[in-house]
Amino acid sequence: MPEKHAQSDLIAKALAALSKILTRPWTIMEICGGQTHAFMETGLSAMLPEEIELIHGPGCPVCVTSLELVDKAVAIASRDDVIFTSYGDMLRVPGSESDLFSVRARGGDVRVVYSPMEALEIAHRNPDKETVFFGIGFETTAPSNAISVIKAKEREIDNYSMLVSHVRVPPAMHAILSAKNNRVQSFLAAGHVCAVMGMDEYYPIAKKYQVPITITGFEPFDLIHGIMETVRMLENNTYNVKNAYERVVAPHGNKQAQKIINDVFEECDRQWRGIGMIPNSGWKLNANYAHYDAELKFNVGNITTHESEICISGLILQGLKKPDQCPAFGTLCTPQNPLGATMVSSEGACAAYYRYGRN
Amino acid sequence: MCLGVPGKIKEIYKVENTRMGKVDFDGVELDVCLEAVPEADVKDYVIVHAGFAISKLTEDEAAETLRYLKEIDEINQQLLSEES
Repeated sequence: MPEKHAQSDLIAKALAALSKILTRPWTIMEICGGQTHAFMETGLSAMLPEEIELIHGPGCPVCVTSLELVDKAVAIASRDDVIFTSYGDMLRVPGSESDLFSVRARGGDVRVVYSPMEALEIAHRNPDKETVFFGIGFETTAPSNAISVIKAKEREIDNYSMLVSHVRVPPAMHAILSAKNNRVQSFLAAGHVCAVMGMDEYYPIAKKYQVPITITGFEPFDLIHGIMETVRMLENNTYNVKNAYERVVAPHGNKQAQKIINDVFEECDRQWRGIGMIPNSGWKLNANYAHYDAELKFNVGNITTHESEICISGLILQGLKKPDQCPAFGTLCTPQNPLGATMVSSEGACAAYYRYGRN
Repeated sequence: MCLGVPGKIKEIYKVENTRMGKVDFDGVELDVCLEAVPEADVKDYVIVHAGFAISKLTEDEAAETLRYLKEIDEINQQLLSEES
């Protein structure tokens, strides 16, 4: 990373150039929740010229994991014969009646892991129990989740399974851009999703909807770089895909990681919390790995979901409302007592607004 | 889940036929699966998500920053020439 001084010098220069090329207001959606947090944490969102409106996208896997799957996770984790493992962020996400944190408080064996390989080791060390991993995420965590299942099969660890809630970015972009009330004119595409998948999927989107797309990283100078490339395309009426994160993203992504994903997963329709069903927007385990599918392994019965009536996280995830437009924001709904997943996750827009202020 | 920062590979080893590495993130060392970055070696930087390296950095950030600075300068030059 360049030294702090050099970075702020660079950012100041870029901001000056940016305000010179702007001739009108533009809305740019940063898809990735990690970037929403980075914009606010660094104060960059407040430094941008007022012509630029950032709309926060749905790129928060914890936020979009469907209520039904959260309820299934709670049901599976409540079983005596199960060790339930998950990324830490999922524990406080509210289900219809309960959350994983409460299951643990009631004596359930719910463990936070940093990777699914850790969950696989837990399964290996506890052969008399079933170890289940909550496999959530976008394209970034898919190789990691996939390799755990490949290794489970190789090592014949049959007491390991995964509750899969994988989602993909491009179908969500189609859904956003096809919505009647869409305001998004351009995208900062999530750098690490593209590190895995490359840029190829984005060209047809840029062309079809006439929106510039810039692959963008996470450092302050990456964010500004992404904004600048996007504004240049907007101002020139060019609808292309640019890579402002070349040191990490190869044009065709990581072929080896894509192979690992394709060996294990196949496309499926997926429910997104707050948004609804998006066709072909998910991945599920294919027939070769069906044995490791926790939904098939555990019959959790009929799940009747019940969503908070106050929470507007769906509108926030679609970029139609900002967190501080919610009447419950910061009062009824806080990170300690969240009504919706967007207030829980370290990638959720509500949590970012709560933590770093609203500008 | 999404460790955005690059980590530096300190050591490469195998566990049960899986290529793994000790990766240093600003002083915190984690075990990372290196199956998808076969070209990555000790001292290389990798981007890691959920304990899995998804990308090896192709060049140092300094080089990319320099290229970027040049680009901003070009914009400024272009704007200056348009104004005059």
